[in-house]
Amino acid sequence: MSLTAKNKDTIRTFWAKVSSNAEAIGADALSRMLVVYPQTKTYFSHWKDLSPGSAPVKKHGATVMAGVADAVAKIDNLTSGLLNLSELHAFTLRVDPANFKILSHNILVVLAIMFPSDFTPEVHVAMDKFLSAVALALSEKYR
Amino acid sequence: MVEWTDDERNAISTLWSNLDVAEIGPQALSRLLVVFPWTQRHFPTFGDLSTPAAIAANPKVAQHGKTVMGGLETAVKNLDNIKNAYAKLSTMHSEKLHVDPDNFRTLAECISVVVAAKFGPSVFTPGFQEAWQKFLAVVVSALGRQYH
Repeated sequence: MSLTAKNKDTIRTFWAKVSSNAEAIGADALSRMLVVYPQTKTYFSHWKDLSPGSAPVKKHGATVMAGVADAVAKIDNLTSGLLNLSELHAFTLRVDPANFKILSHNILVVLAIMFPSDFTPEVHVAMDKFLSAVALALSEKYR
Repeated sequence: MVEWTDDERNAISTLWSNLDVAEIGPQALSRLLVVFPWTQRHFPTFGDLSTPAAIAANPKVAQHGKTVMGGLETAVKNLDNIKNAYAKLSTMHSEKLHVDPDNFRTLAECISVVVAAKFGPSVFTPGFQEAWQKFLAVVVSALGRQYH
């Protein structure tokens, strides 16, 4: 299920529309993930405040979306483009890769909430494929 | 037995009473057929599903979307006994329709995305999302229960 040329165009166009809201998207997606999938809180036991919209959640949401922005820029070769991030997740963070799907779902929910008329089924399928491809690239170095 | 908090019951009934099955159902099913195109295998008699526009305009998709979404009424009315309330439907999906139960999970995802877009951030809060997704997960589980 690799990204077609049409998928990439759709993703780049949609990202151009939404990227100025990247931090808000990241903060909301992360907030929702921590509430709806409480098992994900286990990765953030070092934060003082895990409630929706808290300072550490906002900051980390921005970090995550900066990674997504980077992935959009490197969409033609995610595996090599995200190598450093993959090493970070594999050796340092050791996030169970199952969680990539969970966060991706919440990003999609936030996109639907924030951009109800732009987040058409066609954009949805392209973004779902893209986030899956990013997750795969991030898992590259795991084993 | 599934435990529901008062907040969860409130979220589910608020969302359910404010959504139009005839609006949300077709949108959710269309989205399923576009985003996860292999699901089209279950609808060989539906006619033109060749493009997102065709799917969105397809009257059989709309009708079936309404039917499926309306099926959630059983769960809303039997919140404390969803497992048994869906036993017959579960058997039907397994024995008669031969639907891979993973599709229930996938459709639930599409329903959540459509509901999120419909209600926006002030209603579909993280707390409401949690309750709604838990509700759908229980329905999904009940529908898969009679498979063997």
